[in-house]
Amino acid sequence: MINGTVVDLSRVQFAATALYHFLFVPLTLGLSFLLAAIETVYVTTGKPIYKRMAMFWSRLFMINFALGVATGLTMEFQFGTNWSFYSSFVGDIFGAPLAIEGLMAFFMESTFVGLMVFGWDRLRKGQHLAVTWLVALGSNLSALWILVANGFMQDPRGAKFDPVTMRMHLTSFQQLIFSPDAQSKFVHTSIAGYVTGAMFVAGISAFYMLRNRHMDIAKRSFRIAVLFGVLATVGVVTLGDALGFVDAKAQPTKLAAMEGLWNSRPAPMAFNLIAFPEQAEQKDVGAVRVPMVLSLLVTHSLSGTVPGIDTLEQQAVQKIQNGIPAVEALKVLAHDPQDAAALAQFNAHRADLGYGFLVQRYAPHLSEVTPAQIERAAKDTIPPVAAVFWSFRFMVGLGLLMMAFFVLATLYSLRNRIQKKRWFLKVAVWMIPVPFLANEAGWLVAELGRQPWTVYGVLPTWMSASTHSVGYMVFSLIGFVTLYSIFIAIEMYLMIRAIRLGPSEPGGDGAAGTWPPPTLAPRPVPAVPYGGNVEG
Amino acid sequence: MDTFAILQVTWWLLLGVLLIGLAVMVGMDMGVGTILRYVGRSDVERRVALNIIGPHWDGNQVWFILGGGAIFAAFPLIYATAFSGFYVVMLLLLWTMILRPIGFEYRSRIEHPAWRNAWDWVLLVSGAVPMIVLGAAFGNLFRGVPFHFDWDMTSYYTGSFLGLLNPFALMTGVLSLSLSVMMGSLTIMNGAEGPMYQRARGLVQVAAAAALVLFALGGIWVHALAGYQLVGSPGEGVPQTPLQQTVTLAPGAWLHNFSVDPLLWLVPLVGFAGVIGAALAARAGRSHLGWWSGALGWVGVIGTAGSALFPFMLPSSADPSMSLTLWNSSSSTLTLLWMIGFTAVFVPLILWYTSWAFWVMRGKVTPESLAGDEHAY
Repeated sequence: MINGTVVDLSRVQFAATALYHFLFVPLTLGLSFLLAAIETVYVTTGKPIYKRMAMFWSRLFMINFALGVATGLTMEFQFGTNWSFYSSFVGDIFGAPLAIEGLMAFFMESTFVGLMVFGWDRLRKGQHLAVTWLVALGSNLSALWILVANGFMQDPRGAKFDPVTMRMHLTSFQQLIFSPDAQSKFVHTSIAGYVTGAMFVAGISAFYMLRNRHMDIAKRSFRIAVLFGVLATVGVVTLGDALGFVDAKAQPTKLAAMEGLWNSRPAPMAFNLIAFPEQAEQKDVGAVRVPMVLSLLVTHSLSGTVPGIDTLEQQAVQKIQNGIPAVEALKVLAHDPQDAAALAQFNAHRADLGYGFLVQRYAPHLSEVTPAQIERAAKDTIPPVAAVFWSFRFMVGLGLLMMAFFVLATLYSLRNRIQKKRWFLKVAVWMIPVPFLANEAGWLVAELGRQPWTVYGVLPTWMSASTHSVGYMVFSLIGFVTLYSIFIAIEMYLMIRAIRLGPSEPGGDGAAGTWPPPTLAPRPVPAVPYGGNVEG
Repeated sequence: MDTFAILQVTWWLLLGVLLIGLAVMVGMDMGVGTILRYVGRSDVERRVALNIIGPHWDGNQVWFILGGGAIFAAFPLIYATAFSGFYVVMLLLLWTMILRPIGFEYRSRIEHPAWRNAWDWVLLVSGAVPMIVLGAAFGNLFRGVPFHFDWDMTSYYTGSFLGLLNPFALMTGVLSLSLSVMMGSLTIMNGAEGPMYQRARGLVQVAAAAALVLFALGGIWVHALAGYQLVGSPGEGVPQTPLQQTVTLAPGAWLHNFSVDPLLWLVPLVGFAGVIGAALAARAGRSHLGWWSGALGWVGVIGTAGSALFPFMLPSSADPSMSLTLWNSSSSTLTLLWMIGFTAVFVPLILWYTSWAFWVMRGKVTPESLAGDEHAY
């Protein structure tokens, strides 16, 4: 039996490190495309200002990229170190997209990022442009494969449990990669990255316009960013809607939690605009409802319904009862793989094996399971409703706010009035954190909403962790918190410093000694140890 | 052999290829980090060293990530059991490794000596520690690792952190560090001139000598270690769990494969020849030749470990019969097949564009070339 505290600490560590990693990844996704777009303008028009623009934004890109790479290493390790049962149970399926991500995407991104930074003077214009596009392509392909892996956790397809090896096996690679959840989440997430990149560039450009610095670069960057942003926010909202549609079928408990839907109701169903869900009493307090909208949103029709939590819990009770004989048969098969009766029993009940595992948490000896334990496990199948409900509304609200911002920004920018709208420029600077918050909220909706499963309906979270001691988990958590706090402080410092320094001024075009500008570079510099000469 | 067994052996070999890629490509960057403070005596010299690997370390590091991903995909039980069992060591590896990208990217962004000096120490630690840990992990495979399984394949590790730091493992750790220092020094020779070149050339000799002595010592030591032998199992290429086999221990049994197939002795010979060749080439001023010879040395050293351990991948000292072999810890036929398809397409592509990147950035890095480059580290 795995200690419950160890599971909780493993979850905290995963959430903390994933949320942290997910601060940097969307910006890499979006900024890489913006860099490629800016450089494309440079190569097609031949105007040097676009080269300065590309170089400036790539400098900020690299500060962010370093932490994305570093914290991505943690994620690659963590499945094995903290979630070893999960890793061996579904590694046959889950490991493949991660390995392919390395082969197809991350290798390309990382190799060409080196050339993107160091290759300005060594590559022809067209070659360098191709390299920049390959970095953008690599980072987006990387997101695709990671979300294929994640899609399997949300809606496991193309796999089945093999009682001979006691693990899940791949049955169809095509079903795995073309899973509707994976595909809709990939587009939703990568476009959320483009929104992040667009807001970052727009906000920093607004900062320069407010101070009347680097106006040439700032105005052009702002326009490219907001055009990109307006398309991206429209995309992210539509595809978010598509994802909700997919979730309604594949993960009814997540959807019910997102909507605070305690009771099944006839069509057309009303939408909870605001409510305060109470998990213990299974009801919403202070709900403000909009008639008919829920049916429209999640089924795209007025006559469609989705099950409420009351119905879902009843279904879970039946699945648990059906899953118990599967687990019992499996215990026999573990000692004697040839036992035909056990195999027959397993095959008859295999569909609900995961639900059998779920109740094992309360009834280690399943032959003595009580109705109360089954009831308790059935209640576990509902994720924390208030957290999912509010994360969802927070994400959507911020998404709509950003859409409004980008529409206005595009209007002002295209009419060439943006530099006169100082209030709007101030808003733009304050908008920079907004996409980051929306991304984090989106992660919470997706992954908290998946609970109590690591693989939905197949493998409960409580079984998935490694069998570590509490001490080990506290030790590693403290280590990560310490390191990551130092990292973010340094990153923010360098990022703000680079923004304050701004782009190199024209005339220099990257030639010797033009950047950083002498007036802004920190000097003088005393000699380093060993008596060597110092050079900047 | 049937299809499944052929796929399992193929993946075992591919994993070897990826490990060699990791050792050569990541090892050289780590070596540069380890010797940074020795070959670079001034800030500008250290910047030269960092900018030699600057355009490539990021791509090279993906060999490490790919190695992790490939073990996960092809041998999930190894990934799960080793990463959780070696917990504290893995954290040490991870924490030092995540400092590297930040060290490279952030070190030269601020021109303060204390700042840069601190990052130079970070790069030293994040170069040396992972190489020692990776080598020590290999050493521990020969000693066996204390883990066992429950009926449902939940794994339990019953050893301590300090148990992983036994003398044999420390020796293999230092062996791996020596090889990485050798490759790092050859890399500096390839990219630097003047005093840095001379210092690196001297270091190649020292590191190569250390590697030769430790590799030979390992060969002698392994006679005294209790080796693992698979005496009964459901068979090769038969789906199974690690609960269904019988394994015995016998002193010197790790040399069993070599006595069955004496041609295998060529593999350690390649290791010795590669390292000796690297030292001789460096002395003759042929550092590029030396680099390739050193890479061959890695092939020999990792190949030797693999030849001795086959078919074991993670022997259990707590219950030897629960040891993980390539027969009982691999993924299914379908996964292995798909992954071979992707590997066959993408690894040649990776080698091609990596070579192109090195070709584009060829030549020496000098203080003058750095002064004119606003993107340099």
